[in-house]
Amino acid sequence: MTTSELQFDTPSDRVVEGPVLQVEDLHVSFPSEAGRVQAVRGLSYSVSPGEVLGIVGESGSGKSVSSLAVMGLLPSSARITGSIRFQGRELIGQSDTELSKIRGRRISMVFQDPLSALTPVYTVGDQIAEAILIHKRGSVSKAAAAKRAVELLDLVGIPNAAERAKAFPHEFSGGMRQRAVIAMAIANDPDLIIADEPTTALDVTVQAQVLQLLETAQEVTGAGIVIITHDLGVVAGFADRLMVMYAGRAVETGLVDDIYQQPRMPYTLGLLGSIPRLDVSEKQALVPIKGQPPSLTDLPPGCPFAPRCPMVVDACHTAEPPLFDVDGSAEHRAACIRTNEIAATDAEGAEAAVEIFGAEVADDPEVAKIPREQRETVLELDHLVKEYAVNKGVVFKRRVGTVHAVAGISFDIREGETLGLVGESGCGKTTTLMEILNLQKPMSGEISVLGTKSSEVDGKRRFAIRRDMSVVFQDPMASLDPRLTIHDCIAEPMQVHGYSKSEINRRVPELMRLVGLRPEQLSRYPGEFSGGQRQRIGIARALALEPKLVVLDEPVSALDVSIQAGVINLLEELKAKLGLAYLFVAHDLSVVRHIADRVAVMYLGKIIEIGEVDSVFEQPRHPYTQALLSAIPIPDPVKERQRERIILTGDLPSPANPPSGCRFRTRCFLHASLPPEKQRTCIEVEPPREVQAPDHEAACHFAQVREVL
Amino acid sequence: MAGFLLRRLVNYVVLALVATFLAFTLASATFDPIGVLQQRNPPPPAASIEAKKRDLHLDQPIPQRFVTWMGGVVQGDFGRTITDRPITDELGRRIGVSLRLFLLGITIGILFGVLLGVVSAIRQYKFSDYFATLFSFILLSTPVFVLGTLLKMGAQGINDSIGSNVLIFVGETTPGFQGNWFEHLGDRLQHLVIPTLAIALGQIAYYSRYQRSSMLDVLGSDFLRTAQAKGLTRRKALFKHGLRTALIPMATLFAFGFGLLVVGGTFTERIFGWFGMGDWLVTGISAQDTNITATVTLFVAVCVLFSGWLADVLYAALDPRIRVN
Repeated sequence: MTTSELQFDTPSDRVVEGPVLQVEDLHVSFPSEAGRVQAVRGLSYSVSPGEVLGIVGESGSGKSVSSLAVMGLLPSSARITGSIRFQGRELIGQSDTELSKIRGRRISMVFQDPLSALTPVYTVGDQIAEAILIHKRGSVSKAAAAKRAVELLDLVGIPNAAERAKAFPHEFSGGMRQRAVIAMAIANDPDLIIADEPTTALDVTVQAQVLQLLETAQEVTGAGIVIITHDLGVVAGFADRLMVMYAGRAVETGLVDDIYQQPRMPYTLGLLGSIPRLDVSEKQALVPIKGQPPSLTDLPPGCPFAPRCPMVVDACHTAEPPLFDVDGSAEHRAACIRTNEIAATDAEGAEAAVEIFGAEVADDPEVAKIPREQRETVLELDHLVKEYAVNKGVVFKRRVGTVHAVAGISFDIREGETLGLVGESGCGKTTTLMEILNLQKPMSGEISVLGTKSSEVDGKRRFAIRRDMSVVFQDPMASLDPRLTIHDCIAEPMQVHGYSKSEINRRVPELMRLVGLRPEQLSRYPGEFSGGQRQRIGIARALALEPKLVVLDEPVSALDVSIQAGVINLLEELKAKLGLAYLFVAHDLSVVRHIADRVAVMYLGKIIEIGEVDSVFEQPRHPYTQALLSAIPIPDPVKERQRERIILTGDLPSPANPPSGCRFRTRCFLHASLPPEKQRTCIEVEPPREVQAPDHEAACHFAQVREVL
Repeated sequence: MAGFLLRRLVNYVVLALVATFLAFTLASATFDPIGVLQQRNPPPPAASIEAKKRDLHLDQPIPQRFVTWMGGVVQGDFGRTITDRPITDELGRRIGVSLRLFLLGITIGILFGVLLGVVSAIRQYKFSDYFATLFSFILLSTPVFVLGTLLKMGAQGINDSIGSNVLIFVGETTPGFQGNWFEHLGDRLQHLVIPTLAIALGQIAYYSRYQRSSMLDVLGSDFLRTAQAKGLTRRKALFKHGLRTALIPMATLFAFGFGLLVVGGTFTERIFGWFGMGDWLVTGISAQDTNITATVTLFVAVCVLFSGWLADVLYAALDPRIRVN
């Protein structure tokens, strides 16, 4: 992080004592066609100066709405009651003009999607300067504000800040834009910063940078921070206190350590149990929380979590439980009438969840007992290359460059095996996937499916191969035709491949049951299903032709954590039952560790490390793998605080102009620490993939084990 | 950027030539000015008909006629009308008339159309939005000649109630008007009010619909929320960040709207007795005059292509994302 001469008021200047923010019995509701949506229902919390409060919950839990209410940014159709006191001053009922004097000066906010958070038509520097000028008009000149904007950009780690301040938002990467938004948020030295899912849209390495930046921002401003997230890992090391929200209410609050170690509300337990852990090598049982979050238009009496709760008793349906003190401490409170019984279980945290929710580890497939070398090769890539031409000109196109999207990658997948393909966005994962699915003759190299080379097949044969290979896409909302019934969605591949009508009518209900859905729902349309259910339908469609290989493109990244666990469990179960092989493309390394047998790490179109999953995760040899792994937060506050993070600088270089020699060297911490003559090797010679351990290869001249978990 | 726009300009010259050639060919092939001449009673002498044919180059094949005419155009001579008057002089005068008529109307139309659209979007589903929607749809479904006639009647009513001819709705100036330049200006303004209103009202209705939907797209955007989170009031954020972005998709509409109206206002010109380009096209066709038709077509082509070029310039000015290096 760049040190800066920037002046911020010291936190001791503040006259106000007590909590910065105090929310009491907040209710927010919106009109909708189905009736009023009670988005927030009686929420109370407070934030002290310098404190970091984490608000955790799934989509629709009311976590973002409650924060927008604090900012006064809800649409005018929202009805807000209760009390929001900021430094002792009531905010509810204030006019927009009054609130605008506080917004951006005393309370500032960082939003989820940095790509759309900046106005596209003004320069980044101007937008930051505007944040200063709005509140200090008259006392700060335009030139001074512009200068300060550059200083702020420098502080948040934008290299060459004076030059970059003149750039427009579209010229910034996602991570850089989020930095700019944070610069804006701290520009006026606020007393409270609300960060709404600040890292959700970012790559893991950038997420680590942004989290560290938020910590820095907190240090320089001394502000209280509210960080909203659905990822229990993100807040584990950063937050002091945690509030878990469900259906518009707080269901558990307490100190971070207490909640992670002794969760006292079944929902919290479920959340903790549903996260795959990066740091657990033995097979871990993932807790799926069955069902869906309730609709907030017409809540039945009783605990809103009761329909999904494994511990539900009749009393749960009579009244909604208030927050009870846990273990006689007002610090830790949980909204469950059976809190004391949860306390009585011996297990801690996620293990208690596994016990209470009764989660099971899926069996290994039969075929896994045969040694890998003796199994059939389902998919093989041999030095696959894919390049795109960069053209210029409208009438006379001329080639001005080449994007080396995939620069010669090799791997194979055997029967009944899962290969996880991981890397940051822009590393070539998707291109690789598309090349495999395309089954055309590659520019260079070879793709073989079940021993058949794609370069040698004709159209007819290619069509036949497609039966053995299917795909599940990332976005379950967009990958099903909204105008086809579920039956037609699942039947389509079979129709294309000439199955008889009676065969199709027999298979479709069977497939529904296979993915855990009821065949009675077959005549419905995709719009009537939730994200998790749609992804199950997508999986059923992929399995329709009984493929040997299923290509999974980020199949769970669009789902909420509690739903995600169910889909992962289903995938594991299917693999065991049907002996499938998976190519699992993901950016979430925890999920990959959980589901994959082998893992390949990609960087700028190259595989830089590949091997058996435990070996790669526990003893990573390549500096990039080490950085990736260290960037991923672990949902364990104790471990998380002790971990040393390797922060990569900057963003992925352009694949149109990759660095010479080792492609990673420009961001490599190891390279930076080497003496000049060794550095020359990195610059001049491209490192070959070398065997480091049994079934573990890495492409680094100076590969060495570094444990980062 | 300048190079890019220059290349575009060269493409446009070719397109304008093609459009004019087609119009010229079509007009030459269908018009029969000699036939009109022969049907006169008493019929003109054969010698003068032959002379007319030669004057109009009717003895040449059509492509050659076009080349002859185009050769003159390049030197600034658009040929002569059937009645043997120079087209070039009239062209300049008529363009002037059209511009004087439409420039103000379109400018007012754009300004108020945008404003109405923005207000409509901000107050979506409230009374003012419904009112603006109703106003726009009524105007959009009213033909210009109906609107023009209604406005004339309204103006007459106002004049009658005041008791003097304040609003004049025929012609551009009062014939034989005497006075200094200031009084002349006043006279022209008196003539301008009602036609301008006829043009502006339709334009306001048209632009407000588009502006409303482009503004609605922007209203829910994250950057507007960021702007408010910085401390801008909603109103300021809406105008400084919202409207500025919502104007980008409107650039094309503005540019083409301008280009097309200057020649598309035939009805307006005829209703209010302004002899501009739109009126000329109709006159030219009914007189079976190839040269007038081709000249007006060339002018239309230039207007359309200039509009396209203007749209590119506007886009580049408004949206940094598409600026070409």
